[in-house]
Amino acid sequence: MTAPRLASGRPMSDLVLPDRVETAMYTDPAIFAAEMEQIFSRTWVWVAHTSEVPNPGDFVTSYVGLQPVVVTRDRKGQLHVLVNRCRHRGATVCEHRKGNAPSLVCPYHGWSYGQDGMLRGVPYPEGYNADFDKKGLGLKSLRVEEYQGLVFATFNDEMESLSDYLGHAKPWIDLFMKQGAGYPVKTNGEHRFRFPGNWKIQLENTTDAYHFPIVHRPFIESLDKQAEETFTFLGGAGFVEDLGNGHSVMVMIPELIDLEANLDAPIPDRFAPLATELAKTHTPQEVRRIVRAVGGSGFNVNLFPNAACSMAFFRILRPISVNETEVRHIAIGMDGGPEAGNRARLRLHEHFQGPMGFGSPDDAEAWERVQRGVQGGPDLPLMVNRGLGQETPAESGLPKGDVSAETGMRAAYQMWKRMMSA
Amino acid sequence: MSAMTAPLTNSVIALDEAMEAIWLEADLLDCRDYEAWLALWTAGGHYVIPVDRETPDFEAQLNYAYDDAAMRRMRVDRLVGGHAISSTPAARSVRTLSRFRVMESGADFCVVRCAQHLVEYKFERQRLYAADVSYRLVRENGVLKLDEKVVRLINAGDALGSLSYLL
Repeated sequence: MTAPRLASGRPMSDLVLPDRVETAMYTDPAIFAAEMEQIFSRTWVWVAHTSEVPNPGDFVTSYVGLQPVVVTRDRKGQLHVLVNRCRHRGATVCEHRKGNAPSLVCPYHGWSYGQDGMLRGVPYPEGYNADFDKKGLGLKSLRVEEYQGLVFATFNDEMESLSDYLGHAKPWIDLFMKQGAGYPVKTNGEHRFRFPGNWKIQLENTTDAYHFPIVHRPFIESLDKQAEETFTFLGGAGFVEDLGNGHSVMVMIPELIDLEANLDAPIPDRFAPLATELAKTHTPQEVRRIVRAVGGSGFNVNLFPNAACSMAFFRILRPISVNETEVRHIAIGMDGGPEAGNRARLRLHEHFQGPMGFGSPDDAEAWERVQRGVQGGPDLPLMVNRGLGQETPAESGLPKGDVSAETGMRAAYQMWKRMMSA
Repeated sequence: MSAMTAPLTNSVIALDEAMEAIWLEADLLDCRDYEAWLALWTAGGHYVIPVDRETPDFEAQLNYAYDDAAMRRMRVDRLVGGHAISSTPAARSVRTLSRFRVMESGADFCVVRCAQHLVEYKFERQRLYAADVSYRLVRENGVLKLDEKVVRLINAGDALGSLSYLL
């Protein structure tokens, strides 16, 4: 395997320096093609949440890079991630977003696969020679592992375990899942939108607190005074920490790192109606725990290359082309938890997220403006040096910067460089 | 009750009257006259754009918009406030509504379903959004008001562009 090079012969990995990256990172289709091979085909890529496929026979369609996959749960309860392509002549075997079925049947010639991906039967088998071996003609299957309900897949048999890959990110994912308030976390609907820009613009944004008071001023203005203070975190005690392997965490609201700590703190005014409703059926302590969980965590965990546990939802990105990216904002809820709490979560999600939210359209506008802007000055670098020289080592020894430091972006780009050098 | 004694307000809403109200709303939105749009609503009305076209229960599921009066007010403030970069400058929109059908009607209310084609223009790019739209109209003090508007996008649930105006 040779590391990818630009047409000029320069190694692509040279485009990333410690404090800046070159503009071609967003605009060169050859780099995009190399990323799909070097990164998305070789590392763990988020494909689903276990709550999307709770029962045997359940399936949900997804992507690993550009490749369409089906995430299934077989009769024995085992998860599989299968390339959504019939082994015969290539048609997709599943065009439903999700569902439950005993098998996946190709609509073209009727080849039928189990939810474990094995080829079960083909119509008119007498047309094939005696050496036709169904065993070797199952749907192409990826390695699949899960952590805390997050399901990842990889084409790379040599890849380290998911647990090792997530590494320092795991304790943050554990903290994030406290939003279940004692109930399992489930997905609860999602917004999908696309913006005409490179996927790494979105990857960066998840650890970018610097833009928040500028881009999200209209969101902040729509909140009450108390919530406005909560969301005014620049210059506060928050931080960004490199978690290794391209992962990072950005803590915006340090009081909301551990949702179960300090449950005696007063309930914010905007959650008073919910607290009143919950109090009819729950103890005061349960009410506090649920209300705190409904408000979401005070941090974003960015998981290289395509997922994030972002305050109160999962953010998944899907690269489509060098200048087109799909973003999913998946709402979460308490599985079996109080409906009032889950409804409140949905309304909060609608307030900020999605194509009509008070936040996401402004983010998407900024990202599109980046893609439009970098058509100019192709020789100019993109600066990711904010906070450099002011970082201190975290407990892990990795860099930790203040809340608006571009530490998370640097972590992602150093991982990009590593993977594009291999 | 005879025709002479029945209260005049307690009357069926004719389709052409409903269409006139719906077209007025469409024109106000394309002209971005949002204050006038807010005044079209009943106090308890909901403006809904569901993610799931089939859902019978908007409140229990995720929507693109599920706006009561307070949320509509906030949304308008955001669109006209000048700080939301996605709506400053705003995209232009031109919408056409047709295929009107009365689904339900009674004393002083009706539910009308129709088709909407909306073309958005920004950054030298046009995007098309098609939707089935349901209106619940009620007569309040002799004036037709919006009591519910549900916009079921043809591609609801799939990836949309960001919407910096009202559907």
